[in-house]
This record gives sequence, C-alpha cells and structure tokens, in this order.
Amino acid sequence: MKKYISDWRIKENIVLGDKYFLLKLCLEKSLPKILPGQFVQVKMQDSENTFLRRPISVHYVINNELWLLIKIVGKGTYKLSKIQPNEYLNLIYPLGNGFSVPSDFSKNKKIFLIGGGIGIAPLLYLGYYLKNLNFDPIFLLGLKTENDLLQLSEFRRHGTVYITTENGMLGEKGFVTDHSLLFTVNVNFIYACGPIPMMISVAKYAKKYNIQCEVSLENRMACGFGVCLCCIEKTKQGNICICKKGPVININKLKWQI
Amino acid sequence: MANLNISINKLKFKNPVLAASGTFGYGIEYSDFIDLSQIGGFFVKGTTVNQMEGNNYPRIIETSSGMLNSVGLQNKGVDHFINNIYPKIKNIRTNIMVNISGSTIKEYIICAEKINELEKIPAIELNISCPNMKYGGIDFGSNCYSASKVVNAVRKVYHKLLIVKLSPNVTDITKIAKAVEEKGADAISLINTLIGMAINIEDKKPILSTVTGGLSGPCIKPIALRMVWQTYKAVKIPIIGLGGISNFKDAIEFILAGATAIQVGTYNFIDPTISLKIINGINEYLDKKNLKSVKELVGKLIF
Repeated sequence: MKKYISDWRIKENIVLGDKYFLLKLCLEKSLPKILPGQFVQVKMQDSENTFLRRPISVHYVINNELWLLIKIVGKGTYKLSKIQPNEYLNLIYPLGNGFSVPSDFSKNKKIFLIGGGIGIAPLLYLGYYLKNLNFDPIFLLGLKTENDLLQLSEFRRHGTVYITTENGMLGEKGFVTDHSLLFTVNVNFIYACGPIPMMISVAKYAKKYNIQCEVSLENRMACGFGVCLCCIEKTKQGNICICKKGPVININKLKWQI
Repeated sequence: MANLNISINKLKFKNPVLAASGTFGYGIEYSDFIDLSQIGGFFVKGTTVNQMEGNNYPRIIETSSGMLNSVGLQNKGVDHFINNIYPKIKNIRTNIMVNISGSTIKEYIICAEKINELEKIPAIELNISCPNMKYGGIDFGSNCYSASKVVNAVRKVYHKLLIVKLSPNVTDITKIAKAVEEKGADAISLINTLIGMAINIEDKKPILSTVTGGLSGPCIKPIALRMVWQTYKAVKIPIIGLGGISNFKDAIEFILAGATAIQVGTYNFIDPTISLKIINGINEYLDKKNLKSVKELVGKLIF
C-alpha cells in the first residue's frame, strides 16, 4: 500500500479521564484507503526529548477524519495530549498490514474482538469494518478499573460489548480471558490487542480450542516503514519487522510459548 | 540556482546530500515519499557475505535528541542482494553504493569482489566501524594496524570508488584516517555511531539486548563535526560527513568543516523527505551567499 506523509489538522482533542485522550484529525482532501489494524507515525513537535515519531494505531476513520485513541504513558504521549484544535500534526500513514478479514465465514459465526487496556483502540475500526461486511462483532474489553472504559457508545454502535474489570466494578471481575462468554459460546475467530501477557493468554485459549487468532503487536520501533530493523519479532520464518509485516500477525507464525 | 554538483575522484554526484546506510533500507522503501533521483546517492543497508539474523529484541531506545540501536547488521547476505535486490534498484537514477561489513578480512574481500562486478554500483563503503557486531566490525576500525590491513586487502580486489567508514570510538580518529588513506582508500565517511547504553532502573537491567548500542541522531552532531574538522586537516582524500544531520544548517556546518559531501542518517526516520529539504536549503544558502558552487564552501571555516 502506498504510504503518505502529510500535516493533519487537529479537529478535536477530547480528554477522557486523566490518562486518555481522543484526537480527531482531518485532512482537507479525501483519505487513502486505511485498513483496520494499521497505524500511523506521529511526528513530535519540539522534539529534543521526544525525538522519535510515536506509532499510534488507527482507532477509527470516517469521511476525511482519523481518530487516535491515546493513553498517556510517557513524555511523548503527554505532549500530544496538550495539542489544541487547529494545530497540525505530521503523520506518516497508513503503516503496516491490517487485520485479515475472514472470507470463508458464514455470517453467523462468532467473531471476538478482544482488547486489553488501551489495546482496545484499533478494535473499534475493525468492528466497523466487520459490521459493514455483515458480520456481527463481539467486543470483549478487559480493563483494570471502570475508569479505563472508553468510547463505550462507539463500540456499541458496531457490535455487542462485554467487559471485564480487575476490580470487578464493571462487567465480570477478572481478566478478559476469564470471561464466561469464552466458555459458553462457540468462538470462531479472535482478534486481540493489548499487553503481551494478555495476548499470550488469549493465544493459549485460541490454540487450545483451535480458533483462528490474530494479535496486534507494538514492538519498539524508530522508522515505522521497515528500514531501521529495530522492531523485530522472531517468527517461524525468521525475524520480521513488526512495522511492515505486522503489527497484526497470526499466532501460528509466532514463537510464543503457547 | 547554484551548482550543487560534486565529485569524489571520478564519481559525479548531482548534489552532496546522500542517505546513510542502515537508515535508508534499499532506497525503494523511500520511493513513496521522495523522488530518489533527486538525491546525490544512497548507501544500502550493511551487507555481509552470509545472512545475518542480527541481535535480539529490544534493539532500540530513544535518547535525548537521538536513539541507541543494536540491530547487528541484520541482512540476507551479499548473494541475496545481488540476485533479489540489485535488479529492482539498479535503474534508480542516482549513485547507489553498498555498505559492506565482515567479521574476517576474507569476508570483506569476498563481499567487495562480488559487488565489484555490479555495473550500476559505482562505490562501496567499507564499514570497519559497526559497534553492534560480536566479531569484526568495529574491531577493524579501532586501531591503525587492523584498519590498514582490511583496507589494503579490499583495495586489491575492488577497483571502483572505495570509501571507508570510520568509527568515532577511538582515541585519535585522524590516525586511523591517515592509515586508511595510505592504504588506498579514495574517501572516508565519518562518523559511525558512538557506543552508548541505557538502563531500566525498575528492573536494573540494560534496555538493549546487547547491553550497549550505537548512539545516533542530533545529540552526536557536535562530536561528528569536530572529528570531520580534525580529519580534514589531517588527510588529503575527500571526507563524507555524517552524524546527527537533521537540517540544511547542519549540512552546511559539515561542509564548512571540510566535508565534500554529507550523509543523512537517523533523521530519515523522523522525516523521510528531509534529504530533499536539505538540498533546497543548501541551494538557497549558496544563493544568499552569492556562491556559484557548493565546492566553494568545503573546508572554508573562518577561524
């Protein structure tokens, strides 16, 4: 897919609690095709202490708008959280591959989109995509506390939403992989994004029940388009760059101990 | 419009702005962002005789104004380059140069001999300065004896433009520069990355899998500039300056310090179009200073 580099205007920066924010960016022209699961590389302004671009997954795309759902985890994301409407951010996009869309599926199959923490971000656009293909996505969102619940109404527009929280204040108590639905419904396909231990436990579940499963990784990278060779993941085909051959990858290709 | 043409020996460059090895893939990765025929040339990813898997993850950490990496020359080997990559890039209308590395002198020789046969590759950059290899690499560039030995050996089998890329991780870079000049290097590139490290204080472990890695980016520019200046005074062969260049002003500084050409490295990751911006900036600077050619600037530091 052709990659682009351009300045996007900030349309809105919506604060979501004290750890998260939602950026709505727009281009004055129509957007190229962007697939769910792809990401963008955000250039930092005034970047002495935040030198590299920040890879951020695509949360949603609508008309000429791109949404990025971001958790403040360090200096870079903190800086981004302060950006004001009508300022500009330079992005390289769209990067990486996307989630594969099940083609040989009858429409009543159960497709689970499992997110952990901020890993829920790319699942919204995937849900929208699948819904447009007449699938009926099931979002399973694993959160630490009720404060980590983001964009619920948006998720509900594109599928059915189930939640787990570690403190039990919302949905079922426990980890996302403990959710009762996973043991009562015949799951046919899983997409997962979240912390590595969570994705490993999803992958174990998928392997045990022989379910197709794709995960989205976020290895540390510099460039985002396959030249720095830093974001490697060991696979059965050797080292791959997650920015180019990922971030989405089928668990069968990984060397995870599952 | 000033004249940006330069030449290093007989090899002509349409401008002095080149892309550094290890930051530019095989060029084609940048073709969505820039017209590759507009840059002076590029150095393809470090190539070795045999395929190399490179180092374990994590290979990178951001630093203030830069980054540390420990990629470890991951590449599929020289034959893969010749058979699978060269055919795809050979018609790009710019100077395509191959950076070669090895863990023994024999490996350097085999690589150089094979690249020598490629019609559209007018130069090699001999990497005797990679800090991320277990054996070889920087070992060759860290003392005059081994640097001379490897350059001497490659010079015998390589008949086009031989550029040697020097390490800054030495006591006196001018001594190494003079040693490789004496053995027939046509030009030198400096500097490669500086060895650095970073520690995660929570688990008290090094962040890079290899403990240490190569520091690059704007944070190393003052050191690189100083070394270009020192080396310019010490050798007669042309210098290609690199180390943290991120805008045209940096490029002009390197040229004033004595660089005939410059390379943009790490900043390609931040702005894949930066080389074109630097070319434009140099052009405007020359016009503003009423200079007709970029060559008039080389080494013209006033002090």
